[in-house]
Amino acid sequence: MAHIQLPEGMPGIVGPLVFSPETAKPLLELAEVLLRAPNTLSSAEREMIAAHVSYRNECDFCQLSHSAAAAAHLEGNYDLVEQIKVNPGSANVSDKLKALLTIAGKVQQGGKQVSAGDVALARECGATDKEIHDCVLIAAAFSMYNRYVDGLATWQPREREAYREMGEQLAHQGYTRDRFRETPKAAQA
Amino acid sequence: MAHIALTEGLPGIRGPMVFSPETTKPLCELVQVLLTGPHSLTPAEREMIATYVSSENDCYYCQHCHGSTAAQHLGGGEKEYELVRQMKRDFESAALSPKMKALLNIAGKVQKGGKQVTAADVERARQEGATDKEIHDTVLIAAAFSMFNRYVDGLATWQPHDPDVYREIGHLTARLGYVGRDYKKPLDAIAAKQASSGTKVASS
Repeated sequence: MAHIQLPEGMPGIVGPLVFSPETAKPLLELAEVLLRAPNTLSSAEREMIAAHVSYRNECDFCQLSHSAAAAAHLEGNYDLVEQIKVNPGSANVSDKLKALLTIAGKVQQGGKQVSAGDVALARECGATDKEIHDCVLIAAAFSMYNRYVDGLATWQPREREAYREMGEQLAHQGYTRDRFRETPKAAQA
Repeated sequence: MAHIALTEGLPGIRGPMVFSPETTKPLCELVQVLLTGPHSLTPAEREMIATYVSSENDCYYCQHCHGSTAAQHLGGGEKEYELVRQMKRDFESAALSPKMKALLNIAGKVQKGGKQVTAADVERARQEGATDKEIHDTVLIAAAFSMFNRYVDGLATWQPHDPDVYREIGHLTARLGYVGRDYKKPLDAIAAKQASSGTKVASS
């Protein structure tokens, strides 16, 4: 049971978003800018950074929903997303993304953990200042979303299948659509 | 030196904010809703939650900005600054309401990780009169500062240790809030120090 009275039948962050619409607005706009706005990092890459940080924070809802969003951007390649979460060093992705995931992992532990060496490596692999900035902010923002979702003990389905449709919606319709602002039909019934 | 090229002379989060206006907009709106405006928790109480989490995360810039803002909301005297320092050292023995102590206890758990918050922590807050909204907002303030602290330190931003800088920031923020501010404008305390030491004042 959640720590506070949340609307029933809404998984993970959706309950608190509906509970508090005035904070939901900037939280969703931030996710939209970070994960979907035009960027030299693809949405798949940015969702993988979010999934990796959420996996390290052991937040089931966030890691499964953002894994599904990343996979939806990658034509259903869940295997790659699983590798990125658990062992990005051996995954079939660019050296630049690996270096950015190292930075994201450090941010997850604490901002001061990011070293000049981590940043130099990312830069050698072609990362720009904006990509390094965005990587740090995505990792920081998921250190927030994960704590918000788990700190209120929200209801979180554990099966990966439950997140497939959510991933498609997040990938293709985004974070600022109306779905989060009203009671879903499933909960009204 | 910061990990990326940021405008010189802007302390802490101000460099990244100016670097990335499109993310600054929702970040400022979030902190505005969380820490200012009408609420059953005073702005000083909410700033103290932000300060405590930033102190536990050892983020120099955030804990001194928000600590100063809290003190300024309370009157801005040495007594108020000392209350904030006491709260950071040991909130259980500080001159705060039992409800505030219970909420700071929850914030401290969120700082370590969301799953650290127990039903007993929440029950204690409820016993002391905290509402669902106050518990929700405490969790989200603590979570948000787990983000802001990582953003500020993860980019290795410049964080001066001059108390005058934070007194000025607290004074301005307590009066003006967070949105619609010109964060490119150099702070007087920094410009004055740079002028007297002969350093070129940063312009933007």
